[in-house]
Amino acid sequence: MANFPLLKLWNVSKIFPGVIANDNVNMSLNKGEILALLGENGAGKSTLVKMIYGVNQPDTGAIFWNNREVDIHSPNQARAMGIGMVFQHFSVFETLTVQENIELGLDKEFVQQLDDLRQEIIDISKKYDLHVDPDRYVHSLSIGERQRVEILRCLIQNVKLLILDEPTSVLTPHEVSGLFRVLKKLASEGGSVLFISHKLKEVTELCDRAVILRGGVVTGECIPAQETPESIARIMVGSEAILSENYPKTLTEDSIFTAQQLTLAPTNPFGCGLTDVSLTLRKGEILGVAGVAGNGQEDLLEALSGEDTRADKASITFAGQQIGNLNAGARRALGMAYVPADRLGQGAVPEMSLTDNTLLTNTASIIERGFIMGNKLKALAKKIIIDNNVKCHNQNSQAKSLSGGNLQKFIIGREVQQSPTVLICAHPTWGVDIGAASAIHRQLIALRDQGAAILIISEDIDELFVVCDRLTALYEGRLSPIVETQHTNIEEIGKWIAGGFIEHKEPNHA
Amino acid sequence: MDMELIQQILIAALKTGTPLLLIALGELVTEKSGVLNLGQEGMVLMGAMAGFAGAYYTGNLFLGMSLAMVAGITMALLFGALALSLNTSQVATGLALTIFSIGLSSFLGGSLVGSTIPGFKSIAIPFLSDIPFIGNLLFNQDILIYFSFAIAGATWWVLHKTRVGLTVRAVGENPHSANALGIKVIKIRYLATLFGGAMAGLAGAYLSLSYTPMWMENMSAGRGWIALALVVFASWRVGYLMLGAYLFGIASILHLVMQGFGFDISPNLLAMMPYLATLIVMVLISSDSLKQKLSTPMSLSKPFDPKLH
Amino acid sequence: MLNVQPRIESAKLMAWLSPFIAICLTMLASSLMFILLDVSPLRAFEVFVIMPLSDSYNIGELMVKAAPLMLCATGLAICFRANVWNIGAEGQLLIGAVVSSYFAIQAGENAGVGMMILILTSGVIAGAFWAAIPTALDRFFKTNIILSTIMLNYIGLYTLLWAVHGPLADPQGFGFPESAMFADAILLPLIQEDGRASISIVIAIIVALITGLALFKTLPGFIVRVYGEDKAAARYAGFSSNKVVWGVMLFAGALAGFAGAAEVTGPIGQLIPSVSPGYGYAAIIVAYLGRLNPFGIIISALFMGCLYMGSDLAQIELGLPTAITGLFQGILLFFMLACDFLINYKISFSSKKIPEKPVLASSADSELVSSSESNK
Repeated sequence: MANFPLLKLWNVSKIFPGVIANDNVNMSLNKGEILALLGENGAGKSTLVKMIYGVNQPDTGAIFWNNREVDIHSPNQARAMGIGMVFQHFSVFETLTVQENIELGLDKEFVQQLDDLRQEIIDISKKYDLHVDPDRYVHSLSIGERQRVEILRCLIQNVKLLILDEPTSVLTPHEVSGLFRVLKKLASEGGSVLFISHKLKEVTELCDRAVILRGGVVTGECIPAQETPESIARIMVGSEAILSENYPKTLTEDSIFTAQQLTLAPTNPFGCGLTDVSLTLRKGEILGVAGVAGNGQEDLLEALSGEDTRADKASITFAGQQIGNLNAGARRALGMAYVPADRLGQGAVPEMSLTDNTLLTNTASIIERGFIMGNKLKALAKKIIIDNNVKCHNQNSQAKSLSGGNLQKFIIGREVQQSPTVLICAHPTWGVDIGAASAIHRQLIALRDQGAAILIISEDIDELFVVCDRLTALYEGRLSPIVETQHTNIEEIGKWIAGGFIEHKEPNHA
Repeated sequence: MDMELIQQILIAALKTGTPLLLIALGELVTEKSGVLNLGQEGMVLMGAMAGFAGAYYTGNLFLGMSLAMVAGITMALLFGALALSLNTSQVATGLALTIFSIGLSSFLGGSLVGSTIPGFKSIAIPFLSDIPFIGNLLFNQDILIYFSFAIAGATWWVLHKTRVGLTVRAVGENPHSANALGIKVIKIRYLATLFGGAMAGLAGAYLSLSYTPMWMENMSAGRGWIALALVVFASWRVGYLMLGAYLFGIASILHLVMQGFGFDISPNLLAMMPYLATLIVMVLISSDSLKQKLSTPMSLSKPFDPKLH
Repeated sequence: MLNVQPRIESAKLMAWLSPFIAICLTMLASSLMFILLDVSPLRAFEVFVIMPLSDSYNIGELMVKAAPLMLCATGLAICFRANVWNIGAEGQLLIGAVVSSYFAIQAGENAGVGMMILILTSGVIAGAFWAAIPTALDRFFKTNIILSTIMLNYIGLYTLLWAVHGPLADPQGFGFPESAMFADAILLPLIQEDGRASISIVIAIIVALITGLALFKTLPGFIVRVYGEDKAAARYAGFSSNKVVWGVMLFAGALAGFAGAAEVTGPIGQLIPSVSPGYGYAAIIVAYLGRLNPFGIIISALFMGCLYMGSDLAQIELGLPTAITGLFQGILLFFMLACDFLINYKISFSSKKIPEKPVLASSADSELVSSSESNK
């Protein structure tokens, strides 16, 4: 084997309006190596790999491929060089078939060379144990199967380098181990893998080497096998005081909010709806709902928050009152608050100022006889910004100008300051840096300790174990039994989010 | 009813349905790429005016027809410059295009009002046109109607059987993914929009060179809008589009039929028929809204800026 | 080299400047056109801008044209703010005119103010009803509002034509398609001695002012703005989409209906086929030119009234076809949309490809930065 790396980045920088996404990044990747690119959300990992895949071009610096400087100006060129990429939000097309999806990711000349694309798909999927039917429409596939389509698309053209951007964030533990088998097989055949993640455990399990990125800059490199998750995290975050605090668990009895046998058809053609969901939320507790995206989280959130009012009046109760038919505004008036899944576009209006976005869920206290009390609103907006350490120009900044993490702090602050009796909270720390995440966790615990009932829906099992008093899992619109956090473990919940709680139902094999 | 009358009605439906079919085919392709161009009405008018002017001054109908398509493409290019390159609202830009084109076509065509030319003549296809009943209906028409058959077939084939069509559909569904795969989203959208312009121009040429060989302000009479409804009615499928266009053709000649039967209804009330029919059809197709949701190109009318991704 | 960058925050100054930039660009483009038409641009400027403002009669005519534009545009602006694409002001105006004419022709010379109010109210209700049809179709059947309102414009136009040819035609009119002249008693009071401007312009301005206040300072206005910007956020906040859509559509229909009634009982004084020279469509441009802001619409409607006046005068003075109005309107709207690009994008001229380095909050690792070097 040659003694030069397959890929080498030299002083690569990329600047977007208002932010340096990558600042003089240097790294290299050898043949047959599985390299982890580690970093928090917003560290610049995605930008970096998009440059390797030719989606974006570096502003300065150079990329070397097989020891020769290359200018990768398009994904087509990257593919021709032997680089394949699996995107974080998969680049599959739901209304097209598997075969059509694969064809779109291949070069025209390449497709013409193949005698039979369909047969090729079947052969490769057998070889790597990635079964999918070429004629099925992608919208009928599970998330894991969609990822297989993307991987197949790369494997079919003999990739030398496979890039995966946060591939495991949407997979069940079983699917993850399946994916790792494929990647290890690929590496054993001489292929290289660039594996982007912020999950330390996975990196330790899979990768030969890790490069750590923070704020667009490479801050370190290590052999994961020789490190502990704590030591890697330190390089990632750059501070000691990060690792999950231990919050005392509480057990309470008074129920305040219930859902009974909630069954709803999906609202969009690709959703899965809800089947027979029952839960009870008690005063002074945090209940966590685990699950992989696409298992009915949206439907559950909408039904509980009142965005969806199709449920029977009696199927949802709040403090003894039947509220199934009330919309989100009416439920808020009763003392509920809600942090939605989408921050920009749902929790906040992108084009509007933070002041107006404060009014969005505070109409009850700000409106008098139909008129907006301007000064009162401005003061409240300022208070939320200061109390929650929201980084912005001032309260007149548009919501779209804030970073995801700052906007989330604003939204959670806005909801929590209403001192709700019940808070429904989706993905509280998704995309938020670790420092802000623990601030949000402390805020939720404080609200709980005031006696509020909180329901958290999250894809991050670790987070749920840190903050929740009781746990349950959502799989294909069904809810598992609810257990106390102290009486379960990650393995059990892991089985449940793959459907393991349903009788006669084997967990999905990846 | 005797066969003669039925045949006459079907021929009239074919003739009235053809401009709708042409406009709708163009818009279908445009929308498949994720672009909603509400400027169809304006592009048809520009096509009709340019087509008539071209034929009138050169005496060559085919030159007129080509000019009509060029006019449609030019208007579509204007739409593209704003909505695709400058990312303006597609809805507002389409409306602006229609308002602008109505003004421009009336302005430029002012001196042509009242002029006449000999329009396209029917061409009987040997042997086929002798087939009883359908021969006269399908094989004894003018060349633009034959074109419309060919274009409908070609559109279906390209959209569903070629890589170009696959690319267009992919861009319309998810431009972000398409961009990540290296597909030039804006280029594809431009091409689809220009095709829409060419078809609208051709439909205009049909109106001013064949259907009623003359030029009149606003002579498209809302056909551009009806065609937009037709695309939704057909769930973005070429086969249904043909069927729908001819059904609308029948609906809009109903008043002639009724007058033929001796009903005495105000011509102004009868003139409402095509618009009323469109409204009713829009209500009928909404009953299957889930299917409608699935067949609508998912990124329709959403701007895409590769700079932001 | 020209450098185009998306802005992180929309530019507020640009939002105010863009209508003026658009007007300037339109003037520039039309100057070119006038040169091609062998008309001196200066002379054209005089006819289009100076003459409409030169004497009180012309100013009165300008207000006659601005009133329906202002009424329709105020309603449309609220619809567009709510992202409800009501293109039906034209039809709503025509139906308002037809229905109010039905009552107006029955009024005698001794009719009182009560009759006048009844006539105007009938126009308002008719306009609102015409807007209620597409709204109901949208709410119950999810039909596209753009298409249904346009279809109703055509149906409204043929209803008007049917009415003036048939039921509402003047029995003594020798078959001319127009109604009898209305009694003076039910005509709107004029606000000038030597012209036709009626109180409808005053009402239009008051309506625009109140609407502006409601839009920016009250809860219903806030709800409309949120709903239009972001439906998911409106649903999250618990704002009812039915109330918003019905509210803005009925409001716009009522204003357009009033505009129609005020046309036939004002400057026209009878029902004729050409009640509206496309006011309902021009109002779309007026609404945009006023930045969908009722206060701005007061100015843009007067400007558009001036343009209408100008093209009437141009026909007489310069022999130009009236189609030129539509042309100007289209060009103006195009430039307006193009200028909006400047609100969301920054264009700069620079010789370097890389913009100035912004400060990165967490970039403490300066030792890595120092070795930077461009290779291009």
